[in-house]
Amino acid sequence: MSKTKAKAPAEQAVKKESAMTGILKRLAKDKAAMFGLILLIVLILACICAPLLTPYEPTKMDSTAVFATPSFAHPLGCDRLGRDMLSRMLYGGRFSLGLGLLVSLIGMVLGIFFGAIFGYYGGKVDNISMRVMDIWQAIPSTLLAILISTALGSGFIQTVIALTVGGIPGSIRGTRAMVLKEREMDYLEAARAMNCSDFKIIFKHMVPNVLSPTIVGTTMHIGSTIMEAASLSYIGLGVQPPTPEWGAILADGKSYILSYPHLLVYPGIAIALTVLAFNLFGDGLRDALDPRLKD
Amino acid sequence: MSRYVLKRLGWLILTTIVVAIIIFTIMYFVPGDPGRLILGNTATEEEILAYDEALGLNDPFLIQLGRYLKETFLEFDLGTSYVFKVPVMQEFAERLPRTLILGLLCMVISAAIGIPLGVVCALKRNSLVDHGAMILAMAGVSVPQFWLALLMVILFSVNLGWLPPYGFGGIEYWIMPVIAGSVGGIAMNARQTRSAVLETIRADFVTTARAKGLSENKVIYKHMLPNAMIPIINLLGGTFAMAIGGTVVIESVFQFPGIGTYMLTGINQRDYPVVRSCILILAIFSTVAMLLVDLVYAYLDPRIKAQYVNASSKKLKKKEGESK
Repeated sequence: MSKTKAKAPAEQAVKKESAMTGILKRLAKDKAAMFGLILLIVLILACICAPLLTPYEPTKMDSTAVFATPSFAHPLGCDRLGRDMLSRMLYGGRFSLGLGLLVSLIGMVLGIFFGAIFGYYGGKVDNISMRVMDIWQAIPSTLLAILISTALGSGFIQTVIALTVGGIPGSIRGTRAMVLKEREMDYLEAARAMNCSDFKIIFKHMVPNVLSPTIVGTTMHIGSTIMEAASLSYIGLGVQPPTPEWGAILADGKSYILSYPHLLVYPGIAIALTVLAFNLFGDGLRDALDPRLKD
Repeated sequence: MSRYVLKRLGWLILTTIVVAIIIFTIMYFVPGDPGRLILGNTATEEEILAYDEALGLNDPFLIQLGRYLKETFLEFDLGTSYVFKVPVMQEFAERLPRTLILGLLCMVISAAIGIPLGVVCALKRNSLVDHGAMILAMAGVSVPQFWLALLMVILFSVNLGWLPPYGFGGIEYWIMPVIAGSVGGIAMNARQTRSAVLETIRADFVTTARAKGLSENKVIYKHMLPNAMIPIINLLGGTFAMAIGGTVVIESVFQFPGIGTYMLTGINQRDYPVVRSCILILAIFSTVAMLLVDLVYAYLDPRIKAQYVNASSKKLKKKEGESK
């Protein structure tokens, strides 16, 4: 304690930059986080620029190239229908990354909105909604996603809904916990004294202050969503072949595990690298936002 | 404490019933006609209608729901599989223990390896061991479990021929599913334990303990670790729920005849009673696991225990209030 107190005035004198610059500077110094960020940028760019990187359509079949081994024409080989694996991977990344981003962002927005409201008002509404969350979370999120995608059928939007529903209670709880800590702060008292509306107090004053852990949580959530989406497709729900989602590509290749294991290796590496990138970046972001956590 | 336990048990029953209602309602909207599926394409329209009628599938939603709840919770009858014509309960008797043992093994191994690993990393932070273990843990949380399972099949079954690639039988059929199901949990536990222990290093009570001249060992084992363990124990329930959800996919990779594979065949064949019951039973077990963890947590954390111990002697509290 005494250490931080002694440090504070000296730091204030030197540091006249905004909090944001400080965070970015700390983030830039974190090698692992930067590695994650670069990996992410490369992956996302590769998926967006897929048509420039590969001449083949991801669903175009070529009977002369069935199970082709990696060659100059097909750097990653071809699958059971002669479809170029590289283009399937790149186009598939659009679905996998898109699923992860969309599901996590929807979850974040809903989580912030409801979490802030429940946490700020507290009382009966909060109590009842927390019990609802308890019941909601009683079904493990993977099972809930399976249940909902069984009901909705397969497809991109259906999978987004199935995965979002399982994640919402977690993100609501996360924001709510932060808001509960923040609720009694003086600046909110000041805002109230100035006759600020509740809406303004919650979303203009309080939410920006609790945003950083939520952003870290969302970053990590993108990775786990991509994994969950892949496992849903793998067991035959979620996004289904011929759509080239990474999990669906894995499911497509699983019958050839004995003869053509390379069909299973690429999509898995793609998923693992993407999740790793999000996790590394999220870890770094957390340390940058809250430097006390790091030595 | 008993008041707390009773309250939580009551809540468990309520949760179970509501979960059953939710599952039934969602499954009610699943497209597909079981009558047509069971009788096949040769059946006439009348036959299918008569079959649906006999199953009660044409009744209004609320009547079907009421019948389902009555059968499930009062008669403990989970229905009969449309496709296999075998009561779901009978299948469960065989399959449920396998899935639960698989889930429990995964959870126990995750905790037994992950937690000590996290403690060692935190105590020797920034050492080679710490960096190495944390890189592995980062990889462990990033790799999809079912893909790891597939890779293990390629390596240990296809290339080395040490273990059977799928099926069920002796202990050799358990090794790969358990490892594949535990890796993610080990990595997660190690990461979270490490940061929980690191957080206590700067805590005031640790400074106090050092200031009063305790040996370093005592500071670590009596003050730091017990406090760091509280959030970790809280996470174990989640680990079990995750393991249960994960077993569905792991079982599908290894064709392990548990609840997960049963559920997936149910989904593919629109076998409503099977799907409903599988999800319900897994949800119940993960809720019970969460409850047990919460009880242990309440027992270990004096702050939670105090709320209920004091509540039973309300008079005492009142007197305190008056004297104030």
